Amino acid sequence: MTRRVLAIVGIVLVLAVIAAVAVFLNGTNIAVLNPMGTIATQERQLIIFGTLLSVIIVVPVFALTIGIAWHFRAGNTKASYRPEWSNSRVYEGIWWAVPAVLILILSVVTWTSSHQLDPARALTSSVPPLKVQVIALDWKWLFIYPELGIASVNYLQIPVGTPVEFQLTSDAPMNSFWIPQLGGQIYAMPGMSTQLHLMADQVGDFHGSSANISGVGYAGMQFTTRASSPADFHDWVDSVRQSTSQLTRSQYDQLAEPSVNAPLTTYSMSQVGLYDEVMTKYMVPGMTAHGMVSP
Amino acid sequence: MSAPVVSTNAQQERTDKTVFGFWVYLMTDLVLFASLFATYAVLHHNTFGGPTGAELFSLPYVLTETLILLTSSFTAGLAILAMHRADKRQVIIWLLVTFGLGLAFLGMELSEFSRLVADGNSWQRSGFLSAFFTLVATHGLHITVGLTWMGVMIYRVMTGGLVPTTMRRLTLLSLFWHFLDLIWIFIFTIVYLFGALQL
Amino acid sequence: MISSILGKLTPDAFIHDPITMGGALSMVVIGLGLVAFITYLKRWGWLWREWLTSLDPKKIGVMYVVVAVVMLLRGIADTMLLRAQQASSVGASHGIISADSFQQIFSAHGTIMIFFVAMGLMFGLINLVVPLQIGARDVAFPFLNSVSFWLYIAGFLLINVSLVIGEFSAAGWLAYPPLSELQFSPGVGADYWLWSLQIAGVGSLLSGINFFTTILKMRAPGMTLMKMPMFVWSVLCSMTLVIFAFPILTVTLALLYLDRSMGMHFFTAGGGGNAMMYVNLIWAWGHPEVYILILPAFGVFSEIVATFSRKRLFGYTSMVVALIAITFLSFIVWLHHFFTMGAGADVNAFFGIMTMVISIPTGVKVFNWLFTMYGGRIHFTTPMYWFFGFIATFTLGGVAGVLMGVPAIDFQVHNTLFLVAHFHTMIIGGVVFGFFAGITYWFPKIFGYTLNERLGRYAFWCWLVGFLLAFVPLYILGLMGAVRRLDHYDASMGWQGLFIVAAIGVATIGLGIAFQVLQFVVSFFQRRHHRDLTGDPWNGRTLEWATSSPAPVYNFAIIPQVSTRDAFWEAKQQAKSSEPPSYEDIIMPKDSPLGIFIAGFAFVFGFAAVWHIGWLAVLGLVGLMVSIVFRMSQDNTDTVIPAAEVRRIEAESRARRLAA
Repeated sequence: MTRRVLAIVGIVLVLAVIAAVAVFLNGTNIAVLNPMGTIATQERQLIIFGTLLSVIIVVPVFALTIGIAWHFRAGNTKASYRPEWSNSRVYEGIWWAVPAVLILILSVVTWTSSHQLDPARALTSSVPPLKVQVIALDWKWLFIYPELGIASVNYLQIPVGTPVEFQLTSDAPMNSFWIPQLGGQIYAMPGMSTQLHLMADQVGDFHGSSANISGVGYAGMQFTTRASSPADFHDWVDSVRQSTSQLTRSQYDQLAEPSVNAPLTTYSMSQVGLYDEVMTKYMVPGMTAHGMVSP
Repeated sequence: MSAPVVSTNAQQERTDKTVFGFWVYLMTDLVLFASLFATYAVLHHNTFGGPTGAELFSLPYVLTETLILLTSSFTAGLAILAMHRADKRQVIIWLLVTFGLGLAFLGMELSEFSRLVADGNSWQRSGFLSAFFTLVATHGLHITVGLTWMGVMIYRVMTGGLVPTTMRRLTLLSLFWHFLDLIWIFIFTIVYLFGALQL
Repeated sequence: MISSILGKLTPDAFIHDPITMGGALSMVVIGLGLVAFITYLKRWGWLWREWLTSLDPKKIGVMYVVVAVVMLLRGIADTMLLRAQQASSVGASHGIISADSFQQIFSAHGTIMIFFVAMGLMFGLINLVVPLQIGARDVAFPFLNSVSFWLYIAGFLLINVSLVIGEFSAAGWLAYPPLSELQFSPGVGADYWLWSLQIAGVGSLLSGINFFTTILKMRAPGMTLMKMPMFVWSVLCSMTLVIFAFPILTVTLALLYLDRSMGMHFFTAGGGGNAMMYVNLIWAWGHPEVYILILPAFGVFSEIVATFSRKRLFGYTSMVVALIAITFLSFIVWLHHFFTMGAGADVNAFFGIMTMVISIPTGVKVFNWLFTMYGGRIHFTTPMYWFFGFIATFTLGGVAGVLMGVPAIDFQVHNTLFLVAHFHTMIIGGVVFGFFAGITYWFPKIFGYTLNERLGRYAFWCWLVGFLLAFVPLYILGLMGAVRRLDHYDASMGWQGLFIVAAIGVATIGLGIAFQVLQFVVSFFQRRHHRDLTGDPWNGRTLEWATSSPAPVYNFAIIPQVSTRDAFWEAKQQAKSSEPPSYEDIIMPKDSPLGIFIAGFAFVFGFAAVWHIGWLAVLGLVGLMVSIVFRMSQDNTDTVIPAAEVRRIEAESRARRLAA
């Protein structure tokens, strides 16, 4: 009796959760499944493909579990009882082979997609790429547009339909740079430079954040990515270039001081090579093309 | 209360088990050193403007250290042979010789370290030197533990003679000592020899 | 002057924010209350003689489980704070705790749950069951076993002391540098993390050596490798992983401490350090660690499914091959924890494929369990409930795992709540459910009575429903872009509703734990009604059920002869000779308090290393060495149980059995 009541309560609870989730999700933005960029779209396709492939295993497992558990329950004396039946080459062969085939298929997909969607791989497009250098700071993101002579903090604007070539490093602990609606993340590490290529397909504001804990202000490392039309983008660039606040070396040092929830800021900048300076200060100074040099 | 009498058969089983367990322990220690070697391999170019191995290492000095340790491994073997002959006096003599050689090795290592530190090339200088000091000092620490153990065993043999428990532990000690010798050969080759040859 | 005596320890170390203060105070109060209670019962002598100094693996196993359950309570309390914070800290509100406290709590939560709950339950079960299942009287090195246990306790004490004196690490449970380096974490928190893991980790390593040797050297005559119970196989594989993985942890922690305390440059930003090396090293241990935990849980399920289906385990050879394959593969997948580091497509693809390959042997195990039930007579006891819960959750978690094995998918879910939900699915659904099933199953063998079934089922349903409520929302949140470890987020994200559901889930799991505690208490008071007089309450198949319950200190009066798998099941099928055999003296190791001293000095050393108190560190080290040398100089470490005493104990248990 109680067992049945409990089971019913359990089922009702689970159904209630599913219903609540369904109602709730209707109208929310599931970013990863709602891509706005080339890379994110392909990554979503992979997720769907992988999920469907695993259904081939999951459905039989659940069906068998329920079926076997019910049929061979101790109370069912009509069921056959074969206490010594403990191996079968055929059956075991099936469940070694079927998953192996599925994994083989998935392995091929993994190999090709790893190369296809390698973050370091440049996107093919007739539009020339936009270069953005990203420096993770305590606790904000600095975006430098080296070819345009501007920089911004916790705000990234890009033209739609244009490949964006990110170079990332950190002048703070390790962070991970992620704009879910545009595509997957990559680490930003001190003394290292990583690469990421993304492209927005649609105009809009997309949420971005750090995905790796970097200290007490980590939760504030959020930024907005605005994908706008190329014309709007250039208007924005021009307006920032007019900006009186310049990102000089000393301004940078000030900015690099730890601060939480930094406001959106934009800078014009004339200094080149800031990104390289930040990166190499952590690197091995003794190594040059000419071999070892003394400090 | 007198000690329970453990049959010879049970003694043999116990020795088997203990020696086997000790081999397993040595395997874990090997993994430990392997991790340190891997670390060293990753960092040995990271001199951060500081000196390289080629500028710091003196091969003749390290070769002397190596010969001392190899000899100590040999004398440890002689002690075990004496143990199997139940020759208590010889066991003590060869253990003392091994102890002395181990101490000499440790002394040379420490003097090398102090020379490096005095020249401003301490473990704080670069990733390379951090890895160097840690790897070599971990071996040195093992030698120290081995020497302490050996001291205790010399005392045990002197006072209690060659009883089964003591013989079992002497066997383990000699395994440990040979193992440290083996690790040192790797250190000598990978750290000093390759370092001096700038490989 | 003061600093040379007390190192970095100052009165400030005792000052905390209100919530931490509450936690610290409750720890102190519970501790003092326990001391007062034992004093009131005048049980100190008994506790010392019968339990703390005992070298009996069954008693050590019980102590492991008790401590693990205590830590589970702390771990779940931490979780409640975390989820309460995330459900309330939205937009203008900053919730109930500061960002720093939040980060310390999740770091502690992960560390505690893996090292002190999961590992504790695992070594507890291994101690309880392995010697019995292989027909042995003891482990290979009984004293070393006690040292391992007490080192685990020393680590446990150190991590709990951090709540009262000082602070804990705020760098996550694996403390990636450079965040965990002195430059970014100048406090003692990271050192507490380091040393509690280092000490407990050495204990685990020694246990690994011990049980590896026990299984390979102490099996009953006739029990060849391919006749071992599946749980023993799973432990053998798990201990192999311990032997190869834990030294890497020891090194990694030591190097990080050298960076922090001696200014070395292993993982520092700059100075020639390489933080990526830390990430590689810690996962070269960390990934096998996951399998160290899950393999014994697989073993538990193999025993339970066969017993309660009254049928042989299906595909024994496949099961062994699968275990060995998983053991091997678990060493070549570690990079899948950081596909996002930018290692390049070839490297990522290789590790991704290896990761997926692991799902083949794992899937084989699932099908073998299902077909163990096929043609059986399934008895739906509480352990079987846990098994069905495991199949349901583990399969779903496995799908998520295979998805994340594809690097291009991982880029989108790495470090998000999707990942958090995935590994909790595997660890709760796999490891925790498995160990709970095992505890319920083997409880009568240790205590002589079975656990209350109804309360066990209540606990199970709370756990299962709570688990779904707590983690299904996290899968969705992850896909919505919610990264892990956020102490605050903007209201516009639309995450709050799901966080509230997750918090309700945690509360439901808390209710499940309450039922489990209640189950122990009620079963204790009802023990007369649930006595196991036969020694075989479940109609078992393996040797542990051949001896009486509770098992005598020597496990077996006569070492059993084994000729088949399921040795006890076979023995039951044949007619038993009832003539009382002739008994011999049994030599057992003498109890020893030295393990407590050795671990005590290790604790002192750890505490001194955290606070940089030089003289105390020296004291700890010297004490450690003296205790070990003292143990080495003891000649008389055995004790004899005379044949007459064995005869008496056996006659009593036979009388009980006949009366039943």
